[in-house]
Amino acid sequence: MAPARTRAPARTRPPARMRRGAALEWIGVHALAVAAALFFVLPFVFVLLTAVMNDNQALTRDLWPDTWEWGNFRTVWETPGFLTWWRNTLLYAGLGTVLAVGSSIPVAYALAKFRFRGRNIMMMAVIAMMMLPPQVVIVPMYLFWAKQLDLSGTLWPLIVPMAFGNPFTIFLLRQFLLTIPKEYTEAARIDGCGEFRAMLRIVLPMAKPALAAVALFHFFYCWNDYFGPQIYASENPGAWTLSYGLESFKGAHQTDWNLTMAATVLIMAPVIVVFFFAQRAFIEGVTLTGVKG
Amino acid sequence: MTTMHPGLRARRRRSLLRTAGFLSPWLIGFSVFFAYPLLATVYFSFMKYDGFTAPTWNGLENWSYVFRDYPFFWPALGNTLWLVAVMVTLRVAFGLGIGLLITKIKTGPGLFRTFFYLPYLAPPVAATMSFVFLLNPGTGPANTVLDFFGLPQPGWFKDADWSKPALTLLALWGIGDLMVIFMAALLDVPKDQYEAAELDGAGAFARFRWVTLPNIAPIVLFAVITGVIETMQYYTQPLVAGKVASGVIGGSGQQFEPGYPDESTLTVPQIVYNLGFQRFDTGSACVVSLVLFALAMAFTALLMRRGSGFLSAED
Repeated sequence: MAPARTRAPARTRPPARMRRGAALEWIGVHALAVAAALFFVLPFVFVLLTAVMNDNQALTRDLWPDTWEWGNFRTVWETPGFLTWWRNTLLYAGLGTVLAVGSSIPVAYALAKFRFRGRNIMMMAVIAMMMLPPQVVIVPMYLFWAKQLDLSGTLWPLIVPMAFGNPFTIFLLRQFLLTIPKEYTEAARIDGCGEFRAMLRIVLPMAKPALAAVALFHFFYCWNDYFGPQIYASENPGAWTLSYGLESFKGAHQTDWNLTMAATVLIMAPVIVVFFFAQRAFIEGVTLTGVKG
Repeated sequence: MTTMHPGLRARRRRSLLRTAGFLSPWLIGFSVFFAYPLLATVYFSFMKYDGFTAPTWNGLENWSYVFRDYPFFWPALGNTLWLVAVMVTLRVAFGLGIGLLITKIKTGPGLFRTFFYLPYLAPPVAATMSFVFLLNPGTGPANTVLDFFGLPQPGWFKDADWSKPALTLLALWGIGDLMVIFMAALLDVPKDQYEAAELDGAGAFARFRWVTLPNIAPIVLFAVITGVIETMQYYTQPLVAGKVASGVIGGSGQQFEPGYPDESTLTVPQIVYNLGFQRFDTGSACVVSLVLFALAMAFTALLMRRGSGFLSAED
């Protein structure tokens, strides 16, 4: 979008002094923007460059690879366990997201659309639960899964709780549902539509952007989760996820920064690819967290 | 008490049942994954329990152990408070700065926005490992670049004085979410207020101070308080940084005394893990859990009280 185009042609040209001021501002802003962009982008660049260095060069101060060892990615891919971590991560993130969003929808709907006593207290409890560090309740939770149900070393303790509503998802969805006028559900009710069907058929299609945003958030929450897998899955490498496995990968390849960085690239890549397909959902979701209810 | 028409009462009951039905996933989730474990945490904090033999009453022993004898409690609390003070302040200031910058960019704003946003999406473990590598004092790219410009080269994650600043740098790199929130808030500031201020002869700084800041104050407060709560939970990055920088093999097996170097990256959530899952001192882990709970709830209460606009329970 060229600034000159948007200006109305009929208007007189601004005085030269003002134009010079605008040009200086343009230069200043864009110089700052380039400097900031370097800060945000250079880490990615250095990680990528190191990922394709050979073993010896990765131990030196060189920044540019002599030879481009694309085979590093293959080596990482073929590391025993790597594919299992992928499968586990997809299982945890995929199943977890479906369950969490699915079980949060009716809760968010009720908190946004029904009037009942104790609704505000319940909403405050959702917020309190959202703010609670997982470490606060981890000891009894672990004892419950490991001693009572004997399920440590599996992904079940990570996935099953997702089926009972996720406070962050409930909160965001409810904030969004509040913005949908109640005339829609009232009209549905007059037409003899049950409440559940009104939610499913009338309200949810309108909430698609919010649903996409919370689904993405939840997927990446699971994808990135380190604490959960560390608590429940650490004793069984067959149940490790990418985030947990990656850290131990560095342990197994003590000095191989090139392979470690190649592995890092491989777990960052899907996130970035998804971002390019779903940019709007991400940005809208983040905005939703900061806007007024 | 008024007598209710039987049909009305039946309708009331039906609507109550319907509400309960819609809420049931969360009602179960709240009881099983929040209320019950919270009560159990209180119970275990007074018990001597190693996770294997039956728990026995221990009175205030665990509490006095954590506060008086456990060597990591005060360093961890100190680090968490350091991070809350420094990291949150810098993140809000930098996020606001980047948010302002992005609203001023005329050429290629979409591209710049993508650049600024992407690091926020990097998985924390991957981002932390990258930064331990980038800030590796001997051969890391960051110090190589600093050396090129003749600047001093800190020890970053290997130096107790620099490890928290290194974590802060990592947090500033992932500022993308705050940038978007501030950007949305800045674009909502009414344009005519700027024009009026300009007519009154207000310069750029005065306009920021008297127009921008009052308009976005609720969002700044929101960013501060959610930042504090997030920092209270800060776990993965300092743990992975400490482990990777110290060269301890990950996974199960090897004991890791957390906080490398010199307890400088130890945070409160980490000592829950250390006590409960490495030392098998369930009772003391629960004491730390409750300290964390008190801190988090204090800030949540503040958030709900002051932040009535953006995080309200009402509609």
